[in-house]
Amino acid sequence: MTATSTGPATPRNGVAVQFQDMHRWYGPVHALDGLSIDIAPGELVALLGPSGCGKTTALRALGGLDDVDAGRILVDGKDMTRVPANKRNMGIVFQAYSLFPNMTAGDNVAYGLRLRGAGKEERQKRAAETLDLVGLGGYANRYPHQMSGGQQQRVALARALAIRPQVLLLDEPLSALDAKVRRQLREEIRRIQISVGTTTLFVTHDQEEALALGDRVGVMSAGRLEQIATPAELYDRPATAFVAEFVGLTNRLKGVAGDGIVEVLGTRVPLLAGSAGPGPVTAPVRPEAVRIAPEDGAPAHVLAVSFLGSLGRVQVGLPGGDLVVAQVPATDVVQLTPGTAVRVTVLPAPVFATAAA
Amino acid sequence: MSGPSTASSLGAAAPGGGALIERPRGAGRPRRRSRLQTSGRIAILVLVFGYLVLPLFAMLEFSTRGDYGSRDLSSYAAIFDYPDVVDGIVTSLQIAVLTVFGMLLLLVPTMVWTVVRVPRMRRVVEFLCLLPLAIPAIVIVVGIAPIYRFMGQNLGAVGASPLTLAFIDIILVLPYAYRAIDSGLRTVDVATLADAARSLGASWPRTILQVIVPNIRGGILSASVLAVALVLGEYTISSLLSFHTLQVVIYLLGKRDPFVSVAVSLAALVFAFILLYVITRFAPGAGERTDRAVEEEPAS
Repeated sequence: MTATSTGPATPRNGVAVQFQDMHRWYGPVHALDGLSIDIAPGELVALLGPSGCGKTTALRALGGLDDVDAGRILVDGKDMTRVPANKRNMGIVFQAYSLFPNMTAGDNVAYGLRLRGAGKEERQKRAAETLDLVGLGGYANRYPHQMSGGQQQRVALARALAIRPQVLLLDEPLSALDAKVRRQLREEIRRIQISVGTTTLFVTHDQEEALALGDRVGVMSAGRLEQIATPAELYDRPATAFVAEFVGLTNRLKGVAGDGIVEVLGTRVPLLAGSAGPGPVTAPVRPEAVRIAPEDGAPAHVLAVSFLGSLGRVQVGLPGGDLVVAQVPATDVVQLTPGTAVRVTVLPAPVFATAAA
Repeated sequence: MSGPSTASSLGAAAPGGGALIERPRGAGRPRRRSRLQTSGRIAILVLVFGYLVLPLFAMLEFSTRGDYGSRDLSSYAAIFDYPDVVDGIVTSLQIAVLTVFGMLLLLVPTMVWTVVRVPRMRRVVEFLCLLPLAIPAIVIVVGIAPIYRFMGQNLGAVGASPLTLAFIDIILVLPYAYRAIDSGLRTVDVATLADAARSLGASWPRTILQVIVPNIRGGILSASVLAVALVLGEYTISSLLSFHTLQVVIYLLGKRDPFVSVAVSLAALVFAFILLYVITRFAPGAGERTDRAVEEEPAS
């Protein structure tokens, strides 16, 4: 599948990147199966997918750290497929902490500049500027073991940016951090990426991270690109059953499809292109598209309620024994105690239905 | 059921009216056990210390015997009257230096490359490196003697030099050096560090020298110390190949003057201890880092 960029929302000064029909085998495993992606200059594309789907292989191939068996990688129009990693000018932040333990934060950031022959003064100046950019201005003399995980990843980001890379590659850089630091650093990465305008490929298995960061999000499965689109489009209009299932929470509700419409819990819901039908189908309905209201004598009952801060998730048992999860405002949670009889309806948001099993 | 508390539940009534806390049965046992354990440890330490030190003490006693039951250091003063001894020391030290450099040049790049690029070969490299442990020295000598004969006949002074023993010593030291360097490599994420260095523009030699080596210097130091110790103690192969290293010279000297021979042995041991101490204490990176990680995030 080839996906062409629509470009980032704001003007940037990065370079274009193209994956063209890339293949990679690890023994019998087809890690990349005809992967093609166009990334616009300055765009941040997040590659999302389950473990083993090939997203890290794609990133490493772009960085020159892994070979590809077939296909091409173009950066700014130049074929980089066989160029060694140390000649590519790409900044990479890894999932594992990768700062050189024998060097201070400042020396780590300046290392790439040293390799490029920059003078000592310039190295120090640029390292200080880049550390400032990631909010660690006063940490130049600290060694990695004197910093927390979040600080180390910031320094790794500064080190990758200090060489002014053509492309910035982020390989699950937040996955080793706790939730709070993760959210904080995620926002900073986005802020910094927009300010420097470097074309960026961000690999993650965390859909919240991908949807929050990416200008576009590419969903991968079994070495193939299932869909690449803006976060909103990916969420609202999944192109394949895998994307519909993988991105966001979904209720798999039974329905009967016919003529571009599926009837689910009494509501006629439009079907997305490529959906199964006519006949019995399974429709993935988002929890936020499910509406529940307390009603005496209604056949459905609240089974469990989860309070999630600003909102709540309510598990409802339907008359046939099926379960459905609804997302409701936190203010409504108090009246929905387990056992409450409720009426369940769904909003007519388009769904990608698959044939009923 | 509640009821008045009895003295027995808390302790026996004390003569003065207070309550004595009754000592639980068996409370003295841990202390007795602890005393026994301490005594056991001391006994073992004394035994081990005696086992190690007694021969050294005997050597000291023997090498300081003078005429008519007196004590003197004449055997030690006589060491330098035997030029073979000085030559043997110099030769052994030269071989040790060559062995350390050769071993590091062979092993470090190979092991780093194996970890980073072909991890499935790790077992094979380990097997090859451990192989010398299973092969008796005499087998190695029988196998390698024709090569040394060829070198001696065709490569002039270089081929006949005892320094060529470094080639064999590199092989002999592989099992110990492999373990030491491997433990160093396991303390850091070599593959990620190498990837990071490569992505920043470092060539493979730079990656190994500037990024990997400084971070496994503990392992490299241990491997070097083991190599020096092995070379300074190696006798069988040198003797069978007729090279006059320190150990061979000490043995030959023992036939002529046993007092000086033992004096040289003891002096060589003390010298080796001092050398190894200096290497481990003062070599770059020998110190342990004691700073602790900072857990808090900076205010931003």
